[in-house]
Amino acid sequence: MKTYIIFGLSVVVMIIAFVVGSSYYKGKQAEKVGFLAQENAELFIRDHSQTLGSDDAKVYLIEFMDPACETCAAFFPFVKQIMDANPGRIKLVLRYAPFHDGADYFVKIIEAAKKQGKYWETLDTMYKTQRLWTRHHKAIPEKIWPILTQVGVDVERIRKDMNDPAIVKLIDQDLADAKVLNVRKTPGYFVNGKPLQTFGSRQLLQLVQSELNANYPK
Amino acid sequence: MTQLKENNTNWTILFLCWLVAGISVMGSLFFSHVMEFAPCVLCWYQRIFLFPLVIVLAVGLFPFDKRVVKYTLPLAIVGWLTAAYHNLLYAGIIPENIQPCSRGVSCTEEYIELFGFLSIPMLSLLSFTTIIALLIILLRRIS
Repeated sequence: MKTYIIFGLSVVVMIIAFVVGSSYYKGKQAEKVGFLAQENAELFIRDHSQTLGSDDAKVYLIEFMDPACETCAAFFPFVKQIMDANPGRIKLVLRYAPFHDGADYFVKIIEAAKKQGKYWETLDTMYKTQRLWTRHHKAIPEKIWPILTQVGVDVERIRKDMNDPAIVKLIDQDLADAKVLNVRKTPGYFVNGKPLQTFGSRQLLQLVQSELNANYPK
Repeated sequence: MTQLKENNTNWTILFLCWLVAGISVMGSLFFSHVMEFAPCVLCWYQRIFLFPLVIVLAVGLFPFDKRVVKYTLPLAIVGWLTAAYHNLLYAGIIPENIQPCSRGVSCTEEYIELFGFLSIPMLSLLSFTTIIALLIILLRRIS
């Protein structure tokens, strides 16, 4: 009987230690990033970063994304939905974290399309057709070209523009910032510098809502 | 009476062994799920040999079954060998180009260094060493 109690208590203690340790660690992390946000806002938004939404918005939603990431594609309509529900109050900032094999190739295409003013159209199409040009979490470059013709971009110009060394520099900068901010998975969200603690659409909505409430008191 | 006392000690040794394995599992889950360190290939092999130990050792505790050593020692030894290899790689004694890791997470990527020397592969080696030591002590007592 005594042995059962010792064993059971050990299990309980281990689980409690794990849970308490987790929340302590996450709290520490949040403090760290919150502090960084005030000191280094440029970690979250660089001059090259693509944004969507009003410049007057007080809530910045920063997303570290990968065009080949399924969850990023799945969350994109949800993010737009949140923005549409709060017009003028949220500004979306896209940062690149192309963790999938071959994904940087697609970032280069999006950045080249930006020069033709077709950034969002290209990204939208890429997300919607993602399963056609990814296999087993690897992006396959040659599959995207026939799809791009649907977007109405000058494909030949993209092929030329995407080799611009400035794009490589910009991806490296984003990856370096992702590392500092401890983004190891995509999509990685920050709202006004606060990281999304546990991943999920409900949690993201809550975090955005709490920042909206703080910046737009009723 | 002495028989009973001896049984108690044997049970305690096995229990400690289970405790070390349990804490190690919790620690490895903490690293990967809470701190979000992606486990490398070699870490995964060590986990494969570590995780079942918690279950098998616990089964051997209720009621105490001395044959548990026979089933757990091989797992612990293979885990220890993988951990030893990982440490040699990490320390640079085995050159990185012959390592079996795929692209993604390098097995030599440094995540933490507790007290300046305790890396994650070192923690793994320590826990496998402790488990093997306890199991061998138990084996000698019961045979």
